[in-house]
Amino acid sequence: MKKSLSLIAALSAAVYLGPLTLTANAAENQDPIKLTLHDWTGQLLTTKIMGEVLKEGGYNVEYVTADYIAQFAGLKTGDLHVAMEIWETTGREAMDEAVATGSVENLGETGMLAVEEWWYPAYMKEVCPGLPDWKALNDCAEEFATPETAPNGRYLGAPVTWGGFDDERVEALEMDFEVIHAGTDAALFAELQSAYQRKAPIVLWVYAPHWAPFKFDGEWVEFPEYSKECYQDPSAGINPDMAYDCGKPRGPIWKVSWSGVKDKWPGAHKAIKAFHVENDEMGAMVTKVDLDGKDLDGVVKEWMDANKDRWSDWISK
Amino acid sequence: MSQVGAGEHSPEVRSAGISLTGAPLWLGLFAMTWIFSSYGRDFSKALDARWIMKYPAGWRLPFKRDISDAMKWLVEDASFGLFTFKEFTRGIAWLIELPYDFVRAAVIDGFVVGVGSEASQIAPSLSWIAIIAVVVAIGRVAKDWRLAALVGGCFLYLAVFGQWDSAMVTLASVLISVPIGVAGGLLLGIGAYRWPLFDRILRPILDLMQTVPVFAYLVPILFLFGFGPVSALVATIIYAMPPMVRVTTLALQGVPTEIREFGAMVGCTRRQMMWKVLVPAAAPSLMVGVNQVIMLSLNMVIIASMIGAGGLGFEVLSSLRRLDIGAGLEAGIAIVVMAIALDRLSQAFAVRPTPTHDEIESLQKAGLVKRHPWSSTVLAVALVTGLVGLMLPAAQSYPASLTLTTGPFWADLVEFINVNFFDQFEAAKTFMLTYLLLPVKRFLLGIPWPWGVAIITLAGWRFGGWRLALLAGGLTLFIAANGLWGKAMTTVYLCGVSVLLASLIGIPLGVLSAENERANRIVSAVIDTLQTLPSFVYLIPVVMLFRVGDFSAMIAVVLYALAPAVRYAAHGIRGIEPQLIEAGIVSGCTRWQLLRKIKLPLALPEILLGLNQTIMLALSMLVITALVGTRDLGQEVYIALTKADSGRGIIAGLSVAAIAIILDRILAASARNARARLGLET
Repeated sequence: MKKSLSLIAALSAAVYLGPLTLTANAAENQDPIKLTLHDWTGQLLTTKIMGEVLKEGGYNVEYVTADYIAQFAGLKTGDLHVAMEIWETTGREAMDEAVATGSVENLGETGMLAVEEWWYPAYMKEVCPGLPDWKALNDCAEEFATPETAPNGRYLGAPVTWGGFDDERVEALEMDFEVIHAGTDAALFAELQSAYQRKAPIVLWVYAPHWAPFKFDGEWVEFPEYSKECYQDPSAGINPDMAYDCGKPRGPIWKVSWSGVKDKWPGAHKAIKAFHVENDEMGAMVTKVDLDGKDLDGVVKEWMDANKDRWSDWISK
Repeated sequence: MSQVGAGEHSPEVRSAGISLTGAPLWLGLFAMTWIFSSYGRDFSKALDARWIMKYPAGWRLPFKRDISDAMKWLVEDASFGLFTFKEFTRGIAWLIELPYDFVRAAVIDGFVVGVGSEASQIAPSLSWIAIIAVVVAIGRVAKDWRLAALVGGCFLYLAVFGQWDSAMVTLASVLISVPIGVAGGLLLGIGAYRWPLFDRILRPILDLMQTVPVFAYLVPILFLFGFGPVSALVATIIYAMPPMVRVTTLALQGVPTEIREFGAMVGCTRRQMMWKVLVPAAAPSLMVGVNQVIMLSLNMVIIASMIGAGGLGFEVLSSLRRLDIGAGLEAGIAIVVMAIALDRLSQAFAVRPTPTHDEIESLQKAGLVKRHPWSSTVLAVALVTGLVGLMLPAAQSYPASLTLTTGPFWADLVEFINVNFFDQFEAAKTFMLTYLLLPVKRFLLGIPWPWGVAIITLAGWRFGGWRLALLAGGLTLFIAANGLWGKAMTTVYLCGVSVLLASLIGIPLGVLSAENERANRIVSAVIDTLQTLPSFVYLIPVVMLFRVGDFSAMIAVVLYALAPAVRYAAHGIRGIEPQLIEAGIVSGCTRWQLLRKIKLPLALPEILLGLNQTIMLALSMLVITALVGTRDLGQEVYIALTKADSGRGIIAGLSVAAIAIILDRILAASARNARARLGLET
């Protein structure tokens, strides 16, 4: 049963990939390495680039669509093998929990830095000249009000599942804002696009790398700088009685894998560890796909052709 | 579920319900609830008894943890001796994956041997021309050239609008999940027909399968069946099978006794009786179930794509994620188009006349090719395009340069509306929020939970006797005891307001389409589209125009839940005995009087059933509304999914099911009472 299972898995992988004419040089284990795909373009690009590099190294690769957090269940059991983007800001908790079980391994930083913060379109500066300072933002809170939230301003936060402590932040900094949580990031950016078309007031959660900061002209709000103490110790920061009286942490985007990858495909393990791409590079690629409407696989191929030296270095290590 | 749920309770219970027509009683109770709702908070503060408003954490039942632990045990330790439970489910997954991979290879991927870098293709997949030829031939065989042209046109849309590859992935999963769903449903339905005890055990399970949101059991499915398309297929089958089971049982029960007696007379064995007599005799009704399975499978496309099914659902999600509304709509329409094609085909097969004896005889004399004209044609087309495709790629896959897109048009349209009419929309929204949504929300959220439990129990008793009272009270207590009272009330509020609006719009539309054939055709086309178009497609433009919040969620729910209100109202009016209407005309009723005094009251039971279905659909939309940020049970289920917390998800899912079951039973009981009052049922 086991044997036929892997045969089928291999067959199906082959089916997904279509014919390939490559000389296998590493070829440690012919079982496909399963990389997870999520539903945002940046992650698809990172994963496909890694996948293509591994293919060049003679490995078999299979892409599996999985939920961002739910995938950890699969990574622990070895159903899935590699997840290329775990954000410090949203995935840290789940990642640490998984790594602690010993079945999941952290393969280090991707080189990209996750930024998540309150963001406003540039035209809001005319209405509220003191921006990007958070105090100035608070002074013009009424400009951001809607009938449901008046007299408080309306801040559109991320889905509750993303965490982020915005409710706590508003309270700790005594801001006159009401936090409304969007359910998905599609809804989040739909509202931004709508407001931007009308030049209507809006302040919302935006993250990078993402196409939105490229497409829309705007800035991050400047909060008191993040520190660990500010989140954990109420006495630190501006408000002596409450935590979260500062901005959000910025942190790396991590790569993780099933811990069995190291023994089964040692070369691939090294290559994934070596993978390194930076924000601007990724941002430009995301823009090509999402805004210029280019084909994703085409953009990946373009990158592969342009960066042969870089990635051949990863597999040879 | 109501049509089937009806008729469960004994007649004596019903008479208890109507002997007391208690309008004053209900008014009194409503007034009391109002008072409790308005002053409950102050009251609980004054008495220093916070437990009245908020179910104390210390009294909560530990179900959540228990379920999570049980799940863990099932995945990690459960064993049948020779093999573990997980190996068992993985075995099933393997069994499903085999045919799935085969179908996928046939329609899109092509057949390949070898692994990864050493793979070589031994045969290409069917070309797009061949697949269109197949569906056209099936259409012709099932009915006529008109149907063939329709389904051919549907599939041509997929090619022309660049949805072909995704659509074939979706088609492959439908081609696997539908037969499994149909076969499973048929067997379970036959079981329920044969053994009444099995029927009684199965019924509540089916209720749960239909009311627990899919998200709630996705996590356990992922654990057991692994990540990838198979889990999505399993979830789809669970979701789409129940109607088939119910329809099978009903259809078998509906086979005329003469046919059964005939079977007995010619000396059928039990097995022959079932498979040679009863099932063929019930076939037309069974096809209704098949049709439902197809529709529900396509409904699941979006959710399935979230856990790895890919295909059109993924196309919709990723388009909307980059706010490409046009592309999202085109992919959404592709799902509708596919639903139309499969629906028409399955319906045509349901009513297809069986060939006469002479026809069969003349066919048997003809040669192989002549006997199977359509199969031969299709085979020829497949071979020719396959061979030509080796040299000319356009014959194999539709050339990308010839695809059309309407994307920019939709983006411009939404922008135009947004820029020019936003203020009007905003005014309408503020009006609705102030005078309808917020007051209802405040009222429902203010009700102290002990009073809520009491009222629901009382309602259960008044409509359906002590058994219903026990069920309704118990389920309400279950929700409170899991600490979900507040979220449940938000759910009731959101669904309640949406159902109210859906009925206010839908029932008049239903009446209109019953009276006017042309209106009927337009209305049915619109509501059919609304039901099969994934709601995510219109949810994003709605958010652009109305912002994130309850109002946007409400619009999405109303659009989706409109269909049954319209259909049942129309059905109710059409089903009135013509003599009764003639009697009205003879006694000199005006059109308006005819409608108000005769038609509407007589259609009331059907309208109530429609209301019931509207509520069920509204509840099933909860998970989708969570995607725009409501704070209800749908959100709870969604959070549980993203945190991979089986226990939390299942409890929240069961709470949604509890609300659905309470409302279903109470409404079914009152529909029965109404029928009895009108003398339509003895």
